[in-house]
Amino acid sequence: MLGLPQARVRVIQPCLGGAFGGKSDPFSLEICAAKLSMITGRPVKFLWTREEIFYAHRGRHPMEMRYRTGADRSGRLRAVDAEILIDGGAYSSYGLVTTYYSGQLLTGPYDFPAYRFRSTRVFTNKPPCGPKRGHGSVQPRFAFEVQLDRMAEAAGIDPIEIRRINFQGANTRTVNDQRITSNGFLDCLDAVERASCWRDRHGRLPRGRGLGVAGSMYISGTNYPIYPNSMPHSGIQLQVDRSGLVTVFTGGNDIGQGASTMVAAVVAEELGVDPEDVRVVAADTDLCPVDLGAYSSRVTFMGGNAAIDAARKLRRRVVDTVAAAWGVDAARVRMRLGRVEDRDGVVDSISARDAFRIAEEMQGTLGETGSYTTQELGGDYRGGKIGASPAYSFTAHVVEVAVDEESGRIDCRKVWIAHDCGRALNPMLVAGQMEGSAYMGIAEALMESHEIDERGLHRGPSLLDYPLPTAVDTPELHSLIVESIDPEGPYGAKEAGEGPLHPALPAISNALHDALGIRLTRLPFTPARVLEALRGQRALAGA
Amino acid sequence: MLRLPPFELATPSSIEQALELLERHGERAMILGGGTDLLPNMKHELFTPNVVVSLAGIKELNGIRVGAEGTLEIGAMTTLEEVAGNPRVRERAPALAQATAVVAGPQHREMATIGGNVMLDTRCRWYNQSYFWRSALGFCLKKDGEVCHVVRGGRNCVAAASNDSAPALMTVGARLHLRGPGGARELALDDLWTADGTWNKRSARNELLVSITIPAGPAGHRGAYLKLRQRGSIDFPLLGVAVRVDLDEQGDVLDADLVLGALQARPLRVKAAAKLLRGTHPDPSPSFAGALDTVAEAARRRCKPVANIPGDADYRRAMVPVYVRRAFARALDLEQDGSGATNSSVRRRA
Repeated sequence: MLGLPQARVRVIQPCLGGAFGGKSDPFSLEICAAKLSMITGRPVKFLWTREEIFYAHRGRHPMEMRYRTGADRSGRLRAVDAEILIDGGAYSSYGLVTTYYSGQLLTGPYDFPAYRFRSTRVFTNKPPCGPKRGHGSVQPRFAFEVQLDRMAEAAGIDPIEIRRINFQGANTRTVNDQRITSNGFLDCLDAVERASCWRDRHGRLPRGRGLGVAGSMYISGTNYPIYPNSMPHSGIQLQVDRSGLVTVFTGGNDIGQGASTMVAAVVAEELGVDPEDVRVVAADTDLCPVDLGAYSSRVTFMGGNAAIDAARKLRRRVVDTVAAAWGVDAARVRMRLGRVEDRDGVVDSISARDAFRIAEEMQGTLGETGSYTTQELGGDYRGGKIGASPAYSFTAHVVEVAVDEESGRIDCRKVWIAHDCGRALNPMLVAGQMEGSAYMGIAEALMESHEIDERGLHRGPSLLDYPLPTAVDTPELHSLIVESIDPEGPYGAKEAGEGPLHPALPAISNALHDALGIRLTRLPFTPARVLEALRGQRALAGA
Repeated sequence: MLRLPPFELATPSSIEQALELLERHGERAMILGGGTDLLPNMKHELFTPNVVVSLAGIKELNGIRVGAEGTLEIGAMTTLEEVAGNPRVRERAPALAQATAVVAGPQHREMATIGGNVMLDTRCRWYNQSYFWRSALGFCLKKDGEVCHVVRGGRNCVAAASNDSAPALMTVGARLHLRGPGGARELALDDLWTADGTWNKRSARNELLVSITIPAGPAGHRGAYLKLRQRGSIDFPLLGVAVRVDLDEQGDVLDADLVLGALQARPLRVKAAAKLLRGTHPDPSPSFAGALDTVAEAARRRCKPVANIPGDADYRRAMVPVYVRRAFARALDLEQDGSGATNSSVRRRA
């Protein structure tokens, strides 16, 4: 587009957060800024207004969904049939993937033997939609989990119990032939059941108050790269300085989720050095090897494994040279706590910095590369690669609501979020992702709405008229980390950035049912819609 | 990003200087109180003054005093936070204290002034938008255009009076003290309003609001303000309900008042409230609850909100009786707090 060969273009990602999928597409402003800069010879910066962002960004796809779910008398799911109509807006974005995802990502954590989905994405003259945190799967998850709640009600089974009954298990294959390895969903259910005192409170709170549950599954990176190629998904380069500093070059982009913290921690762990002695240079195409980017919750899983690969190779070289210098077996040499030591204690330990010097003296300039590529996964049918992931995360939410029957206002009081992220490499960052995800789900359930009016104008093109929960509207969020150690994740880690969003929306709807006996199936749950549902309930009772 | 159009900032240190500036620049000048409403409106190019006259340097516009005969005098530049927290305001005009405590968010209230809130521009979803958005619409009656988008074919602007303080002040008989080129004048707040949403005030653009006075009230004064808004903070009202009840020594209702905001271009007084409540005895009995229901129903009949501000107009109307009943119950300490969702200000957490 700029008329330049690829090698003449350098992209540096600034410290910038809040993508949530919305920066996956190439945007006009990126190209325009580059072109204007070429013309003027000056730096060019674009600052969009919130209104412009609403027109140009890629929001979550509105979907109209019809589900038919079959179960036997014991509550075991027998079949799911879905028909999904997707409003894509004016451009395709990654809409083809969205369309596949809308069906492909529903096949856990529950097992069902028969499944069909028919998804259609249509163009409309509205702002385009694209990948958004929980790409294509938040909407179907909402529909299905609300229907599962109805199923539980019809079968007279506790809503948590029906989810247990249908648990797919670990090390299994889904109906659409995806490979499931670690699976901590049952622990997630147990955790939210216990923390919310579910057994004593569900169905027993005074009218107007209620608890709702929902579960979900999400990918830890997609096998299918964002553009088809057979090169690694993540690359890492390490450089060792004579000061003892280890520099990690990663194409992985930290957009606030802690990607750089994660690779630093992994490299420090492998080399037994202080994380303070690891510096990360990230997301600069002149300096860093390619990483496919922060989408599909792939960074920790894939970037982490690439960092382990590089750091283990480097450790091997350091350990081997030190062992040779000491004249001992390499198996005796360990790197830990910033030092290199003889396991048997015969040779005095030396600092990591001295060990790096010995290695450089004997081997020349010290550096390593590492990479991660997924194995071939996915079903052998058209679209079967979509939704294939080396590992899946699992989540359960219980939400507590209090509803004012006169005004229809929903007070979402507490959310218990249990999330199986494999091993939590950094529990604080994991909890942050869990809380942020739940918050975002609540906002979507209660407030957010991209309404385009009859004149084609956005109805709320500002942060005043497109409300998000403020601090006083945000419930207490209780993060309950569940660690199923994944066999292929870095130290057993899986994703935490997107999965924990999914159950928030259906769990609130299910809690409204527990509170008032109403089922809200249209988002967002505005007070007017609550009152309308209550009127419907009264009309039905009167009839 | 939305940028402020260029303007010259004038910082007079006396009322005389301010009036002189307003006189000299006429229509090209605007008054800046706390700026929380003017500046966003300027970014939307609803106002494009050449000169912005900041009142921040005029000390005498600040503060709350009790004058002769117990009159409460509030300087126009007193912040909403200060009004909300002032013990005398809380005692004499609890509705005003409650109303000023739920305007926008805490940061806004530290900047925003009571004068600015009283003199707030009306709001409408077809008006409070960027220039780009409004030009795509073809503009509207209130600014740059000729048609109303709320009422098709309407000739009058129906933008809503969205100031929380105004209904509360009206229930306590507040008076405005204005200064203009012709000198000082006093005006009952009730008489400030016109039904024209374009500019819903009978004050001239070159007049300055100096202070607001509230006459001393009866010992048995009760008051409350309830605000319907989408979130617990920041949002403008979808409906504002201010009530006053004066009780005699026996605890019977001497007089009552009910003023609603955010429905139309001017705050709306429901006169039936006084008539229906005088002589009743507020208590948790079914008979008093019945009286409140009658008042609530009278208010609902009186209000026909149009789709001028964001939010479902039918829902706003449905909330009128609910919030009227609750506002009286709150003023009289008869609140039956079932769900904790009665007020939209500060939520009590379980």
